[in-house]
Amino acid sequence: MGDNSAGIPASLDGRSRYLRKCIVRMLEAGGRGHMGAAFSLVEIIRVLYDDVLRFDPKRPDWKGRDRFILSKGHGCLALYSVLADKGFFPETEFSKFCKSDGILGGHPEHGKVPGVEASTGSLGHGLSIGVGFTLSARHDGAGHKVVVVIGDGESNEGSIWEAALSAGKHKLSNLTVVVDYNKQQACGSILEVQDMEPFADKWKSFGFACARVDGHDVHALRSVFSRLPLDPSKPTAILCDTVKGKGIPFAEHNPEWHHKNKLSPEDIRSLLAALGAD
Amino acid sequence: MRQTCLKMVYDLALKDERIFFVGSDLGAGTLDQFKKSMPDRFFMEGVSEGHLTSMAAGMAMDGKVVYFNTIASFLTRRSFEQNVVDLALHRANVRLIGNGGGLAYAPLGPTHEAIEDLAIMRAIPNMTVVACADADEMRRLMPQTVAHRGPIYIRLAKGGDPIASRGDLPFTIGKAIPMRAGEDALIVTTGITLKLGLDAAAQLSSRGLEAAILHCHTIKPFDAESLLSLAEKAPVIVTIEEHSVLGGLGGAVAEALAEAGFPTAKRFKRLGIPDVFPDEYGSQASLMKKYGITEQNLTETVAKLCTSMGGRRPQAA
Repeated sequence: MGDNSAGIPASLDGRSRYLRKCIVRMLEAGGRGHMGAAFSLVEIIRVLYDDVLRFDPKRPDWKGRDRFILSKGHGCLALYSVLADKGFFPETEFSKFCKSDGILGGHPEHGKVPGVEASTGSLGHGLSIGVGFTLSARHDGAGHKVVVVIGDGESNEGSIWEAALSAGKHKLSNLTVVVDYNKQQACGSILEVQDMEPFADKWKSFGFACARVDGHDVHALRSVFSRLPLDPSKPTAILCDTVKGKGIPFAEHNPEWHHKNKLSPEDIRSLLAALGAD
Repeated sequence: MRQTCLKMVYDLALKDERIFFVGSDLGAGTLDQFKKSMPDRFFMEGVSEGHLTSMAAGMAMDGKVVYFNTIASFLTRRSFEQNVVDLALHRANVRLIGNGGGLAYAPLGPTHEAIEDLAIMRAIPNMTVVACADADEMRRLMPQTVAHRGPIYIRLAKGGDPIASRGDLPFTIGKAIPMRAGEDALIVTTGITLKLGLDAAAQLSSRGLEAAILHCHTIKPFDAESLLSLAEKAPVIVTIEEHSVLGGLGGAVAEALAEAGFPTAKRFKRLGIPDVFPDEYGSQASLMKKYGITEQNLTETVAKLCTSMGGRRPQAA
């Protein structure tokens, strides 16, 4: 997947670039943000909300909705861009990112941001909450999906595997864990920090049906999500191969862009230029 | 107290479909009846307290009222972050039932002794913290936990604790109970120390000193109003708890007194476990004796402070 002559990633269509520009608007407003993690997540969240999840932005608490938890809460900028696009809140909130009068913070908060099911930020909680959602739904005879996005670095947390044991034990076929496998942690490559391979085999051994997919290929994502659950007697794990900072050549694979807290106007111009004109 | 508490979870669950029970790896036979009659609401999930706290939060966020029972030290220490973020921040209707608060697990050593549970749970916004005096008081607490908004930490005592509470006095979460009137001193209790307070007050009375008793079954929200209304008239105030003197009942009372700005000087003392890990085994009773959490030490402490204040002096015992 190479770049075109203008330096704009050929793999990203107009919608993916638009959602990334929304992220840049928030980065500009806050002067900071977890950019790399958000950019690796855009296609995953986009496809989930465009093609997979049932929801009603006018009734965020609608009982029959599918539940989505961004367990890697630091990727919230991608979620905010999609939730605003879907009408959960107006895009005018982007200009108040991380500001005292805004609802959008550096990690997503339930009760503050319409459409956010759980407050996340401290890693390793979301999958367990998702197990609780799914068990509750099973008791009620409700058929909605529960989808939890976790990070590969987040998978270092022991609680992720406690939750995986539990999901496997209960054969929670309505639960899907999506791993944003961008292979970068805050301090560098996960190969150097804590290698998770054989990652797919780990999930399988915990009782999950597992698939692996290019996490920036919207067609491949649609295809795999359309087959949920992959096995009607198991929870599903989808490993999404992604690129941290995807879409910004100078940020891709670069841990320096994991989080920025002093973004300059020049940085913003560079980010927008990399994403190309509307 | 534990048996009463868990039996009430069962009874309440029979009447309310929203009630779920979660355990980690509890002793054989725990709530067998619940498991048998309501298997779809009974979850014994293994030794994974962090996960279970978040899982219970997820259930509660979906409308359930979840009672999660395991050993108090694991429930409060192991999953502290989950208690803060998943339960308290979300105001999840999860009731944490902690077995063996305080020194109940003395023979098992400091890994199992929850000596700071009240302090750390009290520090969490939105968390309610309750320590009943006995099984009778537990029976009055439990029905109120169903409709209560937000998480509750319920500290259980050793079990077989003598009945000291009174059924004729109203029990409300967050409202301390004045158990006895007296002008010479105020004794403030929580959990099983109510019995020590009542016995000490009887001893003091026989020596000519009348101590009021305020029983604070709810450590948070702390009923400072009831405390201060009694403390205003008391020259001597003593707290007694089966807990570290840091941050629990004594801490809560000290904070309220320090900010009250009473015009007259008072003497104040916290009785409890000093800032140490218990360094010997034995029994709950032997460790409580070691740390002066006894009727006798409470009696002598109050008498000595009354003498130092120049008020009525105790008569010879």
